[in-house]
This record gives sequence, structure tokens and C-alpha cells, in this order.
Amino acid sequence: MLRWFLGSREPQSGAEKSSVLNIGEEQTQNPYTELSPLQEHQGTVRFLVQIDDFRFASAGDDGFVFVWDVKTGEILFPLHGHLQEISAMVVFKAPKFPEGMSNIIITSSSERTIIAWDCESGLQLYKISDFQSTVKSLVVIHSLDVWLSGGSDVRVWNRDCQLLCKTGYYVDGGISALIELPKTCVAAAVGKDLIIFKLSVSENFDQWNISEIKCISVHQHSIQALININDLMFASCSDAGELVIWDAVDWRFHSFESNISDISSPHDSPQEATLAPMHISTDGENVFAAVGRGLFVYSVQARRVIALQKKAHDSNVLYIGNLPNRQLVSCLDDGSVRIWELRSKVHPHAEPVPTGFFSMLGFGKANKQASQSLNKVPENGIVASLDLIGDLIGHSSSVQMFIYFEEDHSLVTCSADQLIIIWKEGKIESRLRSQLLFKILDESSNR
Amino acid sequence: MIGSPDVVAFTREEVYEEPLQGSPGLPEEYSVPLFPFQEADSSPWSRPPGAKFSKDFILISEFSEQVGPQPLLTIPDDPRVCGAFDLNYFSLRIMSVDYQASFVGHPPGSSYPKLNFVEDSKVVLGDSKEGAFAYVHHLTLYDLEARGFVRPFCMAYISADEDKIMQLFLELSGDFSKASDCLKTGNRKAFANELEKKLKDLEYTRSVLLAHLEEQRKTDGKGFYTTQAIDKANELANVEKSIIEHQDLLKQIQQYPYRKLKPEDDFQPFLPESPCDCTVTGEPERAAPSSDTEENPADEEASEYHPRASYTPKFIKAKSAKCFDKKMKTLKELVDVYFFVQTIDLLTRLERRYRGDVSYLLMRHLDQTLLEQQAISNFLFEDASTWNTKAFDRRYEEKLDASQSLHDSKYLEEEQDPVKPSASLESYKSSVESVPIKIEQDLFEENGHTEVLIQGDQVEVAEYLDVDIKGSISSGDSIEVLRTERSASMLSHSESQPCLRLHPSPQQLRRKHSGRRTISEDSIEVLSMCPSETIIPEDFRASYQIAINEEEPCVDEECEELTSGPDAAGRSETSVNELLIDPACCIRGDDSSPVQQNVDLSPDISVGDTIVSVPPQPCRLPDRNFQVKVCVDNAESPSMETACHRLSVTEPESVHLLSSREAKRMSSEEHLDSLSHKSSASTCSDRTPSPPPISSLSERHKRKAGQNALMFIRQYPFSHPAIYSLLSGRTLVVLGEEEAFVKRLVTALSIFVPNCGHSAKPIKPWATSPLNIVDFQKWKLIGLQRDASPPGSPITQSLSRYRRYASVLDADNKTLCCPVYKGSLLQRMADHRTQIRKGSTYYMHVQSMLTQLSSKAFLLTFCHHAQLRIHPDDVEESVCQRRAAFLHQLLGLSQDDRKIVEYLSELLKTHYVTEAGTQLLPALRFNYIPSILYKI
Repeated sequence: MLRWFLGSREPQSGAEKSSVLNIGEEQTQNPYTELSPLQEHQGTVRFLVQIDDFRFASAGDDGFVFVWDVKTGEILFPLHGHLQEISAMVVFKAPKFPEGMSNIIITSSSERTIIAWDCESGLQLYKISDFQSTVKSLVVIHSLDVWLSGGSDVRVWNRDCQLLCKTGYYVDGGISALIELPKTCVAAAVGKDLIIFKLSVSENFDQWNISEIKCISVHQHSIQALININDLMFASCSDAGELVIWDAVDWRFHSFESNISDISSPHDSPQEATLAPMHISTDGENVFAAVGRGLFVYSVQARRVIALQKKAHDSNVLYIGNLPNRQLVSCLDDGSVRIWELRSKVHPHAEPVPTGFFSMLGFGKANKQASQSLNKVPENGIVASLDLIGDLIGHSSSVQMFIYFEEDHSLVTCSADQLIIIWKEGKIESRLRSQLLFKILDESSNR
Repeated sequence: MIGSPDVVAFTREEVYEEPLQGSPGLPEEYSVPLFPFQEADSSPWSRPPGAKFSKDFILISEFSEQVGPQPLLTIPDDPRVCGAFDLNYFSLRIMSVDYQASFVGHPPGSSYPKLNFVEDSKVVLGDSKEGAFAYVHHLTLYDLEARGFVRPFCMAYISADEDKIMQLFLELSGDFSKASDCLKTGNRKAFANELEKKLKDLEYTRSVLLAHLEEQRKTDGKGFYTTQAIDKANELANVEKSIIEHQDLLKQIQQYPYRKLKPEDDFQPFLPESPCDCTVTGEPERAAPSSDTEENPADEEASEYHPRASYTPKFIKAKSAKCFDKKMKTLKELVDVYFFVQTIDLLTRLERRYRGDVSYLLMRHLDQTLLEQQAISNFLFEDASTWNTKAFDRRYEEKLDASQSLHDSKYLEEEQDPVKPSASLESYKSSVESVPIKIEQDLFEENGHTEVLIQGDQVEVAEYLDVDIKGSISSGDSIEVLRTERSASMLSHSESQPCLRLHPSPQQLRRKHSGRRTISEDSIEVLSMCPSETIIPEDFRASYQIAINEEEPCVDEECEELTSGPDAAGRSETSVNELLIDPACCIRGDDSSPVQQNVDLSPDISVGDTIVSVPPQPCRLPDRNFQVKVCVDNAESPSMETACHRLSVTEPESVHLLSSREAKRMSSEEHLDSLSHKSSASTCSDRTPSPPPISSLSERHKRKAGQNALMFIRQYPFSHPAIYSLLSGRTLVVLGEEEAFVKRLVTALSIFVPNCGHSAKPIKPWATSPLNIVDFQKWKLIGLQRDASPPGSPITQSLSRYRRYASVLDADNKTLCCPVYKGSLLQRMADHRTQIRKGSTYYMHVQSMLTQLSSKAFLLTFCHHAQLRIHPDDVEESVCQRRAAFLHQLLGLSQDDRKIVEYLSELLKTHYVTEAGTQLLPALRFNYIPSILYKI
């Protein structure tokens, strides 16, 4: 409760609005009090993928791929094979049946090759190198046990890296993003267009076919990203805050926001964020979008922005993502990482409403906050707040992306300063060390 | 031999003082009396007035059969060392106390001469006239040409400080035994060679004689009966007898009971590769094999020991009687050059190691022992160099005799001795020179103390009475033999006992001795002595010499106690031997029960009532004095500081005591250092190749660090937050333009930086490039160059970027940017009004407080309920509450001090887990705490 009082004051002060929100050094809610830099890459580290509960792989512009242990910071395998920067990386998880198969890491590089690596042995399994252009996106379709590569065309591969089928060429910059849709469909972003492919397979799994079944042109700008929100919806975004929520089954658009950053209260008129690059992520109910310096939470259900921070960052966002605990992490160009928390606003009667943010009762809001919201809902639908709970400063150059180990409570970030940093929660780590210590004591006394 | 009635009894013994009353919290091993300040100029370190020499030295003398006792050499080999001290005279003294009958000759019932493998005898004696006290180590070396084949030698450690000799007796004994072993090993080898040559000579002579006889018989049929022929025949018979004798001798020397040595030593006869003594201090060249020596052309007498094949036998004339005009072999010839050099090296190292005041040596040992016991937490604040040498030592200790490795425990034992003060009183009382004046207070104290003793701990009384005393002999000289080998060997048993209290310490011994003396009233005392332990073949046991034993009540008990000791079974055969022999040579006292001893004790005390006490003489209680104060555990106590202050006085002395050349080098280094503020890194290269025990250089570094730290806390009002940063694991960056100045600050602050492991401290004294996050993880104290360009330069940018992880001390502008410190701990640790003047003192002060902190961290780390949930349904908050309560109530820590201990605890955990073999992610721990800018 107290936090709400404190937190809700932040956007209210006029002075703070003019400058970027800054939390200062005292971050009582920031749990990350241990960091471990991992220094092995010799170029920008661009990609991180989680392999299992304790391993992850990193790939960088140096063409190196490393498999790390997040608990010890050890390199389990160095995967050397690419000569140029890695352009995409994906983990092809082993199927439950038959047992004994290992996870595969698939990496593509700008020298127009794809290499499949064995995660357990660190060996190079297959190398494919007959691509017309760099493969920029890779996606695994587990239901069919195949993976797709998207470059100038879309190709479908099986686990043994045999080409099953492919589409025709797309000259206009090729395919920049691929996601899996229900009913063995795939959505691909080609320029401003969204193309839906249908993947079909014969009864005995020997005849594969991929065909374009729909091409939709809604975006004014080229599509930046595609994400699956849940089984029923996916979202696409392009620069300048264009956000489209799509129905995943019939590919009609569910809602369309031509400029998500425009939604804010009429008091904040300046439109500085036009044409700003946009990044989105989702927690299944909301789409979190970073546009320019602002950060917005778009409720899919309510079809409007429910929380925002207009001055969230003082530099470009390169990546945003969700943590399981309603937290949002944004990776910034200046090397810092910000952690946000989405909180529903509860306004007791006693607290004066300082600005015009809130007015009438809210309706049509199906998520959790709705049940908590009392008798007031702001006129513009802002029912929640995004609070900055901490920033992680460690990288000296732009942070490319992050991954989160839920079991380990650790955040792993990678950056253009060639470092990977593992951020851990000091309290948990301390407790774990104590447990380990007493376990060792027990063992040695039993011996 | 000992004839003059000049008697020194324990004139310099300590005045008895009651242990500190009213300090129940103090462990009793630290309850030692304060230094009495009766005399203005009395200082524990003032040299006794009688001493004619300036520093301790080692003397090797020989009892020559031609010229009598003569000094051979001193270590250090510098005439100034001895000064006016009469070496000849002292040689006479020390050689004359060798009571052992090194029996060689024709024992009854044996037709051949027998070699006696005599163990060395070790005595402590004092000479009041010369003001010298000495640990004397007698040994015999074999020489075919010498009378009875033996040449008695002795090595003596001579010091003006009797206390030092007594306190370090066991150590000295152990170390000199090694030197002696080294000499004897070489000697046996040389002796065997000599015997073999002699045998060849004899064989040759015999063959020549035989040929002569044969020739004579051929030329002259009646030749058998001519006098000439009879002479020849006799000669031949003599030669043959001689051959048999020598063969027997050779056999004996070759059968030298190597079992005496530790079995794992796989000590091969006459192979010098493995003599343990040569490796004691880890000479890297220990592997230098004997063959080297033999082939070494530079060795003058190596030519004598050429491989056997090359030896040309000589004809030995009959009756080549031993004459006094022949030249005796030198020591070097006797023991083989290689071994001689090794021994001298060893002794030189010994001399170096025992330099300085006894209190200093004792404290260092005590310190190290205690620290060694804290294997889990000691890495935090101990400097790596010490640890390296320790690891080094440990490696060898495993191979070497057990006595060496356990010396440290002796000190514990000594310090734990509650009876110690009374010992001094009794000896004091019994001193023949003492003037019959009684001071009532002394009496009181004495009585009270004794009562406590008797009522309090019977066992203990029994223990300290169960001291091996062989007896006293009256001979009337100024020499006191304070202790001899038997008691030492007894004590050395105790070293192997895990229970430190079981056995008497030297102090207890002394008490006993003095008690005896009151009764005997001999003017000269050999306080205790024993025949040297002799290892004899079984058939030889009967001829074992029994020493003069006047009072022998407790040896048996001692033996029993030893056998009953938990480790007794594990002792080497030596002890078994001893135990076997002891009953044979000891006169059993029937009344040796502890109770009886107590009764015996009381007359002494009553005597004390009526006799004498003297105005307290300037006595030296340095070690005790110091201990009390260190353990007082309160840095604010002035006594602590004074004590520290006083202790540090020894340091310049030790420098002063160096040989002139060394001293010169040192001083020039000092000079250089003060000029360029070079830190220890630069001095390391100056180290002498031989491994110094604890090098004076690191001492010097400590002193310098302490001095700089003192300067820092006096000059900078914000020293507390700076130190707090370091102790709580926050990197401190010292920013400045001038490298020397920054480095000096870094040196000053370095003493507060906890180690993360056994590696070097995480300090980077000088960095010139912008820092990144890895630097903050790796280094906890960084000296950083300020770049000349205005703000916005990469260095300042990176600093401001990472200000969360680092405190910044701006050396040029005298500002500090770091979190606030609210706590009481640093008030004591870094008090800017401190009375401490000397750097080394302050260093020790800090070190003691840090050690205290690490023990708190240890408690926190290993207290289960403060770390983990007890019940499965325990919530995390309750653990936190428990931990907070633990820290606050049990460890008495306030909020910020608590963070220090928590950080240290994390280090402990990490270290422990890592040592156990589990790999952990090396992490930079930090907190989100706002910083404040401090200005002067």
C-alpha cells in the first residue's frame, strides 16, 4: 500500500515530467545486488537464448557462440564455426519422446550459413550454406518437429537439417520476422506486409508443402516485430508506434493503434516520438511497447493503453521483455537496464486527484486490476502505473537483450561492450550459499 | 670442572604478581601480570646490565683432546657480535657441562670396542659473570684418530636473555637437533669412509707382513724363532686384531639405528640426499646429492674421500701411536663439506629466526598458531606472503619430525599456564643473591595464589609438579644448568598431545627447579640433568650410564602420564625407547602421588613466609605484559596502546641487529622507499634467495602501511566512511594526479581490505585507463590516475557511471564520495585522536580488531539458525529477524557494522564452499545506497 502512495506521486510532479524518470541510488525494491560479468566475446554480444534451467547460449558479432552455466559462470562449450556475425539463434528443444535426444542450437550468420550444434556435446552437427541472403529469423515449430529459416525465402527443415520445402523469394528486404500461428500456420513480416503461410504435410510425413495464403498490408511503416500474445492473438508493430493486434485464427485485425504514444492525456501534446523505433513484448494480457522514450502498456482486452511512462528512458530502447512477476525490463542503448513494475492504481478517497489522469469508473476491464479498481477510473483509461523499481548499471555500451532464469532468479544481459552480465538476487544467493555450506558441513561430519 | 663459588641463582627471575583480578571474562591463558613500572627506566627490552655482547649468536666449540675447550666459530661470523665476550671462557663453561659419558671402548664382556650411538644432550645454562645464558647442544662426532673415536662438540645459542632461552627451549632444541643430525649424518658417512680406508690399509699391511714372514721363513728355516720373526708375528697378530676391530666398527656404524628417524624418511645410510635437517627450511637445493660432494674438486678434503676403488692402501707402521702433535681433523673434515655447509646455512637461518625479543617471537608464534587454527576465517586479513611461507612450512613439516610441527602448541600451553607467576616468585625467593627483605604484599599474593592453586585444581598442581627433575649437582660455579635433555624430551612428547594442558611448560619446570634449590642450598646448581638418551643395541643396555640423580620422584609419573596420553601409542620408537630406559636409570620415588607433592609444596611456601623478598628487581615480563594487553580486547584502553607501542620498539632493534652489510642495504632501501613510496612489490625482488622465516621486508611493509594509515586517519576526517567502504566490500577508488601520493594512500588503506581467498589482496595500486565493471569485481581498492582533461573524460565518466559500485576518494581535492557510515566499530579502529604513534603498532591494532571482526563473521556464518530456516514452515522474514537479533544482541553490532560482518560472512561462505570443491559464480556484491560527498 505504502508503495502505491509513493509510487503514484512520481508522474504527478511537473518537474519530473520534464526530465526522464530517474530512480537514484536508493533502490529498495531492486533485488539484484550481485553481478558477475562474463568476459569471453570479442564483439557485440547480440543474442542470448536459454537452453534449460541452468544453461544459456550467447552469440555475438565475433561469430562465436558460447554455452554458459548460469550458476557457475563457466563456459560449457565454445562453439566456433561461424566466421561472421550471428544474425539469429534459436534452440530446438529435444522432444520428450524418444528420450536421449539432445537439444540443438541453430545459429545463422551473415556469411549465409546455418550451423546446428549439439548442446550436450558442443559438436557441430550440420552446416547449411546455400542461402541467397542472410537468414534473419529462425523459428521452431515443435508440433511438427521442424524449424523454419527466414531470409529471402522461408525454408522448412527437419531435425536432421534436411530441407523439406521452401517458398518463393521475397526481394523486398526479405523476411524480417517469423512467428508460429495455430493450425500449422506461420506469420512472416516482409517489409510493411504481413504474410501468412500454411504448412502442410502428407499423412506419412514425406511430402511437405508451404504456401502463402494471405498477404495483409495494414502497416504504414515496415514491420519491426511480431509476437504471439496468446493462443488467440498476435501482435505486430512498426515504427512510430503502430501496433496491430491480430486474431491468430482468422488473421483479421483485432485492434489497430496508429500511434500508441498518442493516447496519453491531452496535457502532454508534444509528439516527439514519431518514427521512433518500437519494441514490444507481452505477458499474455497486455502488450508492452517501448516507443521512443516512452513506455506503454496496452491492454488487449480493453483495447487501450492502461499505463504509461512518457519519459521512461533517456536513450533508445533496444529490447524489452517481461519477467514473470509483472515486471518489465527494458534494455537501453546507453548501457543501462531498467526494471519496471506494473501496478494497478488504487486511489483512496482521501488522496486528491492531482491531474486529469483519472476520472470515471472503469468498465470493460477484465484483468486483475479491474477487480481491484475502486470507484474511479481515469477518463483516458489509465488504471495502472508503471513504476521504476531499479536500474542495473554494469554495461558500458548498449544492452542488446536479456534472458531470465526463473528458477535461478537471475537476469542475464548482453551488450555491445562484449560482456555478458549475470544479475542475481543477493539475498537468495546468500541463502543458497548458506545452504550449500551447511550441506557440505553435514557431509563432512557424516563422513 | 665446575668449581668457582660464583653463584647465580635466578636473579633475573620475574617478580611475582597476582593475575589480574576482576577480569573474569579473560581466558586464563592470558591472565598474566602487568609489567611493573616501579623503576622509571625499566623497560622490558632493556638489556641486562651484565651482558657483554650486543645480540644473540650461535657458538660452536669443541672439547679438543689436545688443547681442551676451544671455540670454533660463531654465527654470525662477525667479531663485533661477541664484543668483549670471552668466547674461550664460555666455551670452557659450556663444554664442561656435558656430563654424558659417551662410552666407547671395551665394555666388560666384550672384546671389541663398541660405538655408542649417543644422542645429543641439551642443556640450558647461565653465566652471571658474562651475563650470558645459553642453550647448549652437545654432540659427539666420530673420528678414527681421536681418543675413544669420539670428538665432543657443542653448539650453543647464546643470549643475554635467560627468558628467551627458556621460552624457546623446545624450539631451539628441535632446531639444533636438526643441525646436529646434519652434522652427524655427514660425520657417519665420513667416518665409514675413513674406516674403510683404514681397513684397506690394514689388509694391505697384513699382506705385506705375511709376505715378509713368508719370505723370512723361506730364507731362514729357523727364522720362526728369531726375535725379529716373533716381532713380525706379533705385529701381524695386532694387525689382524685391528682388522677385526675395525670391521666391527664399520659394521656398527653401518648399522646405525636409522629406525630412530621417522620411517617415512626412507633414510638410506650414508646418503645425504634425504637428511631431514638439510631440508628443514626448504632449501631448494636439498637434492644436491652426496656424489656432488665427492666429485667436487674444490673440496679440499673431498680428495680424502675418493671413491673406494681409487684409494691406494698404505702400509701402516706398527705402533703408530696416537700422539698429541698430530693434527686433528677440522670440523669441516669430520663432517664432509656438503654437510658442513648445510649445517652452517641452517644455523645461520636459525640465528636469523631467533632474532629479536622473546616476547616478539612468542607473540608471533602465538599469533600464527591461533590463526592457523582458524583455518576457515584466517584468509580474510592475513597477508598472502605469510601464508605462502606457511604453506611452505607445512609441506615440510609433514616430513619432518613431529616435534617441529608442533612447537607452536607449546606456546599456547605456556600461555595457558596459570601457575607461571608463582614460579617466578619461588625462584626469586630462592635466589641466593637475594637480599633478605620481605615485602608483605608479595607474601599475600603468593599465599592467595597458592591456595587457589591447591584448592582449585588439584590435577593441575599435580601436573606442574610432575616435572622431570634429574637432580642437582653441587659443583660450585657460576653456571646453572637449568634444564637438560630429559626434560626437554618429555616436553616434546607433550607436543604431540592434542590436549595442551596435559603437560608442564618450561615455566612450570623452573618453578620446580627453584623449589628444589631452596632445599638443597647448593651454590651451584645443575637444576636438572640427565644422561643423554642413548640408543644402544639391546645387548648393550646393561652398560647404560646412570646419571647422578638426587631427586627423582616424578619421572615415572611423567612416563606414565606420557604413556597414558592419547597419542603416546603413535609416538615414534624413540619415545618407546625412552620409556624403556627410564625406569632403569631412575631412582623411583614412592611418594610421587600428586597429593604428596602438594604436601611437599607447602613447606616451600612457609619458607617463603619467613625468608626474604627483595625490592622488585627490574624484571622482564615482556611476553606476558604484551599478552595481557592484546587480549584486553579494548582498543581504547591506553595500556593496549602502550603495550603495542612498546612492542614495536623491537623493530628498529631488529634492524639494528642485522649485520652491517644488511643493515646498510636495508637502510638504503628505506631511503629509496621514502623517496619513491614504493610499495611492497618493489621490495620483494630484493629478497635474499634463502627463504626468510618472516621477512623483515614484509614487516617493513606492515610498518609502512600502518604509518600511512595513521596518517590517513589523522588527516582525513572522513576516514571512517572510507574504511567502511572497504570493509563492506565496496570498491574504493583513490583518484589523484600524482602516482606516488595515490599509492601511498592505497598502501595506507590496504590494511583494511579483506582478502577474497588465499591469493593476493584485491588491490590495484595504480590504474591509468577507464575502469569497467570487471575492475570493480576484481579489485576492491584501486589507485586511479586523474586525467588532466576536464570532466567528461572517459575516466571520470566511467567513474560517475559506476559510482554505485565504488566510493571515490579524491586525493587532490580531498573529497570522498561514499555512503554514510553509522556505527561504533570504526570509532575504535580508526580513531583520529589515537595515541598510537608507530605504524607497526597501529597495524597490529587494526589487525587485532579485524581478527575480531572475522571471528564474528565466522560465528554468523556457521550459526545455523541465523542463516537458514529451522522449521519447514519458517518464513524468510523470521530468518532475517533471527539473524538481525543474532548480530545485534549476541555480536553487539549496530546497523552498519552489521553490514561489514555480513560481507565478511559472505566471503567466508564463498571461500569455504569453494575450498570444498564447489564452483561458485564469482560475483560483485553491492547495495543500492546513496553516496554523500565529504569534504575536509
